[in-house]
Amino acid sequence: MAVSVIQVDQLWKEYRLGVINHHSLSRDLQTWWARMRGKEDPNSTVDSVADKGGDQTFWALQGVSFEVVQGDVLGIIGRNGAGKSTLLKILSQVTAPTKGEVRLKGRIASLLEVGTGFHPELTGLENIFLNGAILGMSKAEIRSKLDEIIAFAEVERFIDTPVKRYSSGMYVRLAFAVAAHLDPDILVVDEVLAVGDAQFQKKCVGKIEDAGRQGRTVLFVSHNMGAISQICNKCMILEKGTVSFHGDVRSAVSRYLTASKGQQKIDRSCFFGPLKSRIEFKEIEIHGSEVAGGDIAPSAEISIVVKGYCHGYIARFRTSIVLYKDGFRLCTLHDLTVPEPLSPGEIVSEVRIPPFFLRPGDYYIALGGHDGGVLASGTDWIFSNELASFTIVDEWSDRNDFANVGAINLPHAGFRRKGLAHGIG
Amino acid sequence: MDKVTQRDWDKVIRPRNGWFDIHPGEIWKYRDLIGLFVWRDFVAVYKQTILGPLWYLIQPLLTTLVFTVIFGNVAQLSTDGLPPFLFYLSGVICWRYFADCLNNTSNIFVGNAHLFGKVYFPRLTVPVSVVISSLIGFGIQFLLFLVFFFYFRINSAIIQPQPAILLLPVLIMQMAALGLGLGIVVSSLTTRYRDLTHLVGFGVQLWMFATPVVYPASSLPEKWRWVLAFNPMAPVIEAFRYAFLGTGSINLQHWFISLASTILLLIAGVVLFSRVEKTFMDTV
Repeated sequence: MAVSVIQVDQLWKEYRLGVINHHSLSRDLQTWWARMRGKEDPNSTVDSVADKGGDQTFWALQGVSFEVVQGDVLGIIGRNGAGKSTLLKILSQVTAPTKGEVRLKGRIASLLEVGTGFHPELTGLENIFLNGAILGMSKAEIRSKLDEIIAFAEVERFIDTPVKRYSSGMYVRLAFAVAAHLDPDILVVDEVLAVGDAQFQKKCVGKIEDAGRQGRTVLFVSHNMGAISQICNKCMILEKGTVSFHGDVRSAVSRYLTASKGQQKIDRSCFFGPLKSRIEFKEIEIHGSEVAGGDIAPSAEISIVVKGYCHGYIARFRTSIVLYKDGFRLCTLHDLTVPEPLSPGEIVSEVRIPPFFLRPGDYYIALGGHDGGVLASGTDWIFSNELASFTIVDEWSDRNDFANVGAINLPHAGFRRKGLAHGIG
Repeated sequence: MDKVTQRDWDKVIRPRNGWFDIHPGEIWKYRDLIGLFVWRDFVAVYKQTILGPLWYLIQPLLTTLVFTVIFGNVAQLSTDGLPPFLFYLSGVICWRYFADCLNNTSNIFVGNAHLFGKVYFPRLTVPVSVVISSLIGFGIQFLLFLVFFFYFRINSAIIQPQPAILLLPVLIMQMAALGLGLGIVVSSLTTRYRDLTHLVGFGVQLWMFATPVVYPASSLPEKWRWVLAFNPMAPVIEAFRYAFLGTGSINLQHWFISLASTILLLIAGVVLFSRVEKTFMDTV
């Protein structure tokens, strides 16, 4: 009989937007002092104004309920801002819910990041113990798994070297190895697989699959539909803080991808900057040669089209589209070389990315625009957070193979090997 | 849900409720982590330094030396007839332990926000480990004190250890509890009031001069001595000196006030800390 090990019951989480944590002791003391003397609070006017403008709340989770039975590997997918991270944070007890309850059976371990608490001055071995203990293992437990952890991380030779001398690959391998040997009853994994090389990623996926096979329950959050399809036997879609689908993986993935393919509506609250009142970006479309599942093949040109509306004349403007990968700003593309006047009305901007330029992986897009800094009065601008994403899949081609590890492929031309035929002297 | 199955759950995550949602048992479960934190603090601090743990000795020695020259020789403050060096050393090591506990725990939330944001473990393990690793430092400095204590004891008859020496563990615990209690109150409040970080920095320094560290309580005019009742550290340092060096006295009334306020501070600290730890990630 299937035993339910996680019950999430009407979970709500509220975040306060705007003015929080801007209190200073002196101001609160002032208020308190004024009240003590029965005088008017000197900060009351400031506060009530701030309240009007700043006391907005945002419900990151709005009544999320679901149940997971033992041995399930549940994938959780959803757009950025859908509430995935908030859900994981509550499950990991990093923060408390505002309303609702989560009931758990067995030991839970969460892996929101690899290498949490690593100390750069300590050796690999010392960090295994420290990190393991932070994740909830006892010393005895770590000692019994030590050899396995070191072998898994492939760092035998450097185990007595401070981790600050490790390459980033070694660091990540060691960190994941510790986490992978936690052996909890419930494992919560955030997108930690995005790190490390392809071979190591396979190993990680294998380790998570093993956990599922051994009857452990896994919650796995990822944007990588391939990994979700491979590992999970159930899948849940979060959308704007609610569960919009919970069922088998195949339907979930196809539902998610059809929703995110092509047009994506843009939330106006993502934007900031002085031009926010005059420019309203409404839609973004990402076109390319879509492979099964809706991801984009590297072999075709990718076109990103942004549609919006301009509410007032702007002397000079050009739209910018920024690509991020792994939190790194990869490049900024403009629809015009030089900013031009923009009259009220529809705006349609397009940028194109040549085939095989981007390497396989997840890319995030932020939108914006500015006058190029040419106005005497300063620069007018508008900019957003990352608000759309696309995934480039692996495609076997010598222009896109593992030999070119990195974020982009440069066209292979113009290089020459200096041969020994020239001789010396 | 009926009651039978409700009991089957190992853990229930609920919204923050009430002021007394405290689980001391959890800290015991994570004792290995506390041990590793202590060891990390101890080992990592002096890695890549030439003198290493010798710094634990150099700091109090130099401070005491400076105090001896400035307050003893230049300002000629009274030391109750004790060798100035021993007098200042006793005050310095006690004050340092308390100040270390306070300084290092007062920034727990803000300083560990990255760690606390990614993984759950009882947050109190961090301040507790700070207090323990500072205790190791105090232990080393106390040995240094003992060396000078015996040296001066052989050479001068004025040093008369009292039976109160048996109170040493209580005094150490009180210094730790006071530093910890105040530290976690401050660290809980700094999630809201960042100003406090600045206050603690120089506040501790000023506080030292309000405490009989560089002067004996007996040098205060009789009618002003009651002021010391408001300083919980004052009776502790006085008691330490009385126990080992035999000068001054233990003002029992002051000491009980100090003990009571220490316990109150510690309880207030734990309650406040436990309340803040649940949601501080949303505001930091």
